[in-house]
Amino acid sequence: MTALVTVDNLAYSYSGDMSRAVFTDVAFSVSPGDVFCLLGPNGTGKSTLLKCLSNVLQGWKGSVLLGGTRTPKMTPSALAKLIGYVPQNQVSAFPFLVKDIVVMGRAPHLNVFSSPNTGDVSIALRAMETVGILPLAERPCTTLSGGEWQLTLIARALAQEPRVMVLDEPTSHLDMGNQMKILGVVKGMAEEGLAIIMATHFPDHAFMVASEVAILNHGRMTLKGRPEAVLTDASMRETYGIDVKVLYIGEGVERKACFPSLSAFQAKVVGSLRSEEDR
Amino acid sequence: MSVPVHPEDKRMGIGVDPGKLLLFLGVLLVVVTVISLMVGRLRIPPGQIITILASRVYPFKQTWTPTLESVLFDVRIPRLLAGILVGAGLSVSGASFQGLFRNPLVSPHILGVSAGAGLGAALAILFFGNFAAVQLLSFVFGLLAVLMTYGLSTVYRTTPVLMLVLSGMIVGALFSAATSLLKYIADPVNNMPSIVFWLLGSLNNASNKDLLVVGPIIVIGTVVLLFIRWRINLLSMGEEDARALGVDTGRIRATIILCATMISAASVSIGGIIGWIGLVIPHIGRLLVGPDNKVLLPVATLVGAIYLVTVDVIARTAMETEIPIGILTALVGAPIFAYLLRKNRSGW
Repeated sequence: MTALVTVDNLAYSYSGDMSRAVFTDVAFSVSPGDVFCLLGPNGTGKSTLLKCLSNVLQGWKGSVLLGGTRTPKMTPSALAKLIGYVPQNQVSAFPFLVKDIVVMGRAPHLNVFSSPNTGDVSIALRAMETVGILPLAERPCTTLSGGEWQLTLIARALAQEPRVMVLDEPTSHLDMGNQMKILGVVKGMAEEGLAIIMATHFPDHAFMVASEVAILNHGRMTLKGRPEAVLTDASMRETYGIDVKVLYIGEGVERKACFPSLSAFQAKVVGSLRSEEDR
Repeated sequence: MSVPVHPEDKRMGIGVDPGKLLLFLGVLLVVVTVISLMVGRLRIPPGQIITILASRVYPFKQTWTPTLESVLFDVRIPRLLAGILVGAGLSVSGASFQGLFRNPLVSPHILGVSAGAGLGAALAILFFGNFAAVQLLSFVFGLLAVLMTYGLSTVYRTTPVLMLVLSGMIVGALFSAATSLLKYIADPVNNMPSIVFWLLGSLNNASNKDLLVVGPIIVIGTVVLLFIRWRINLLSMGEEDARALGVDTGRIRATIILCATMISAASVSIGGIIGWIGLVIPHIGRLLVGPDNKVLLPVATLVGAIYLVTVDVIARTAMETEIPIGILTALVGAPIFAYLLRKNRSGW
């Protein structure tokens, strides 16, 4: 299938000075139905990269093609009709109802002076049903749990009716059950033909849902390819600076999984917490 | 598609249909309008008000004194209109700013408009001593202060909204200090009381002539804010979310600031500094209908108009001499706000 998103030679610097760029020379492409997973240590610019794709940040260098069109040539609303962005942080200054937040996804389809009509509301309700949060529709968002918030933001992005979905660490800060719930929704969206670009801190999640994985480290995309090829003992050690065993698990799991080791850091702490007299 | 009900649901607002609430508020506004025209040193019965008003169109036989007609047309009606415009304008600006700054404790004065207007008025009182100059300079200095705030905020490449608030504090402090200096050097017999009285706010000086200039500014600003009210919801989710949803955040932000500033500066120029309206009324609105600006802004507009007209009636009838309205809005507003803080445990 031809790629829906093609990123080439992408670079971004917060100061505008490219010698101090967060990342340079990033290239990848994603087709409809693909789940592209972005891994890398804290602070390597995964979120920044996703924001460059979603029009949240401007002033990046390189090219991002969406359905063959360069994104800077599109209006913000035309772009938002194609890319849905699910941010990492979940806060609202006001206790909007969940349905009020989800219907905000209709913004790119409405002009500046208009408000959502009943058609927009029913699209929002359908998005909520898709991710399984319809019962929360009338709930103030300030009462939501982390998992419910994440699903609300995914529903909001779905209400944009996009062809690409960008998710920034959607499983962080969630319990295991909610993590799987989110991954299930992600996988389902891909099966429905959306192109998914997702940052994550969990290599295991990449094994579960990714069709392609890339590692962003030291300002470069150091590795890219199929999860089994990219996520290895060596690459995990290189990326996170710890010993990791990547093993194939049978027993009904039938996939690879990562097993990191504590030992290097444990040794540093032992004996260093007690003061001189105690010793 | 029906939505199941959950115990946490329906905690927003009082659960009244927004259409019915707006109708009720409209009727209430008519009621306070009539009361406002009736009461005062000279009491005019409602029947007579209607007859006098109608006589402008139909040639009724004049059964009332010319004084009465003059009181109605030259004093009460302009004052009433000023109350409606200022109350509605400041409330809608306050609600918009609270959305824009993602903070329910923000008032329309946060960018320094009132501090600037105060300095303009003080300068005019000291150097020109006539009311037209006070109005003009307070308006111009109000705009100037916000312009400085806006300019200062763009110097730093960081969160625009945070920088706006900080710049507003800096500019506000600067202008307030300059006003204090003027008060300190002003003649304590004539000029200083005028400055102080002006800073306390009053609708006493509103005239038809002023309203012709100031009215359209407030009306246009309010209408524009009402038109873009749903976009304010998007902005209140934060700059990044709004951009990802395809909102041209810079343009919307500038539009909100421009409208709210024009409204506030115009309000200050006819009524002096009337605080607490833009802060408290949006909260009353949220208590009634919840935080969705699509419904909140129209409600806040009407509640603001009703509130200021009512407070103005109290200001000019409660005591022998008129109480400055800025004192009353704070005196009434602060306890209401304290009550709302207690009531609103679940959030804004």
